[in-house]
Amino acid sequence: MSHSPSLPAKVRARDINVHYGDKHALKHVDLDIHAHEVVALIGPSGCGKSTFLRCINRMNDQVDSARVTGLLTLDGDDIYDRAVDVVQLRARVGMVFQKPNPFPKSIFDNVAYGPRIHGMARDQAELDEIVMTSLERAGLLAEVRDRLDEPGTSLSGGQQQRLCIARAIAVSPELILMDEPCSALDPIATARVEELIDELRENFTIVIVTHSMQQAARVSQRTAFFHLGELVEVGDTEQIFTNPQHPLTQGYITGRFG
Amino acid sequence: MSEHTVKSFDEELSHLSNTIARMGGLAEAQLGAALQALGNRDSDLAVRVVAADAQVDELEQEVQHFTVRLLALRQPVAADLRQIVAALKIASELERIADYAANVAKRALVLNQQAAVKPVGAVINLARLVQSILKDIMDAYVEQDVDKAIGVWNRDEEVDDLYTGLFRELITYMMEDPRTITACTHLMFMAKNIERIGDHATNIAETLHFLVVGTPLKGSRPKGPSVEAP
Ligand SMILES: Nc1ncnc2c1ncn2[C@@H]1O[C@H](COP(=O)(O)OP(=O)(O)O)[C@@H](O)[C@H]1O
Ligand SMILES: [Mg+2]
Repeated sequence: MSHSPSLPAKVRARDINVHYGDKHALKHVDLDIHAHEVVALIGPSGCGKSTFLRCINRMNDQVDSARVTGLLTLDGDDIYDRAVDVVQLRARVGMVFQKPNPFPKSIFDNVAYGPRIHGMARDQAELDEIVMTSLERAGLLAEVRDRLDEPGTSLSGGQQQRLCIARAIAVSPELILMDEPCSALDPIATARVEELIDELRENFTIVIVTHSMQQAARVSQRTAFFHLGELVEVGDTEQIFTNPQHPLTQGYITGRFG
Repeated sequence: MSEHTVKSFDEELSHLSNTIARMGGLAEAQLGAALQALGNRDSDLAVRVVAADAQVDELEQEVQHFTVRLLALRQPVAADLRQIVAALKIASELERIADYAANVAKRALVLNQQAAVKPVGAVINLARLVQSILKDIMDAYVEQDVDKAIGVWNRDEEVDDLYTGLFRELITYMMEDPRTITACTHLMFMAKNIERIGDHATNIAETLHFLVVGTPLKGSRPKGPSVEAP
């Protein structure tokens, strides 16, 4: 497989619980995510996939009612340690959302935004370099090279999503979280993003939430199935889709649910 | 297993396994009839067996088209995927089995032109064993019974032993009475065909194990008849 189990996990989640007020949304989740693997999170709506994803970059901090307990580490560092600077954390853990959400700025400035905030470039030449490399890695450069000053919102949906991916990778994160990144895209744009995900795996670790079982099967090396806030089964994607061990997983992926 | 949210998929899957069961029944009947033609020196029946082989071929085609359609339109996974892939494989095993049965019938036609020879009985014995194995494996398929499948898998050794014995017997017979060489040579090929049917039944057992359990049937089966048998 893609990872060696002997390597320490990139992300380690132990006994993660999330409450939104009285609602116990995530229950005792243990999950390891290894470097350079794509992990797909699947499960019916409301099972806690996005909640789990949002724990990793501490987006749940912004939800007043949310309470997160358990241990979550990134390269061994406790993500929820008091000393952690959340802005720095989000530079290490990038996020791509369901709907492409480019800033109302030029294509160039969308990608330059993060590197500027984090002071990653000493001069304009370095910034140009980062922006171009990021666009290139996101498979978008050829399409936008001549229109970098145009607004990001002038791009097609699929291009906008790749722009958001370029924006996410511009700050050289280690981990990229994607929450249903293709659900607003047509099949061709989806295929391009999926191909991109596979390429990005070389340099990044990716956790992707997807409603499409085929997408999970196509892009991920491991798949985790959530149900009612619990992590029911996690395994090599091939195993999950040919021989799932838990009846709930079997029921969900074969469309025999409820 | 509980039902799919999409009911028509359930219907398609059961149509698929029914077609396999029908194919199995047809292959069993073909082998039975070929043996009857051989035992009773019934050339009419042998001719009918040879002609009926086309029906099995047709069913195999039908299974092929249907499975390709299911793969394309349903994108099956897990147990569904295994069921469809297994059907495709089992259909091709059954097609081979029926081919061998038809070949036995063809040779029975030739044998009926010759004087009767004694080892016919021994060939029929071997065939009876293989027939019961074939019946068991198709029952195991319908019942999704892995233990029964493993039982079939283990019985292939019996077939190989019986075949090896029969082979010696035929050689002895031919040496004692060279006038029987033509008939005995046909019987030898028939025995080989019947032994191959046993191998294909064993393959079905392996596929069935994968279908039900999701993992390959482990361990090495004593492979093929030993010593002088080809
Ligand atoms: N901000 C929130 N406030 C209250 N409940 C929430 C909030 N976000 C999610 N939930 C609840 O937590 C559960 C898990 O939601 P979510 O993680 O979004 O599921 P998924 O991404 O798998 O569809 C759901 O029952 C949802 O209603
Ligand atoms: Mg969600």
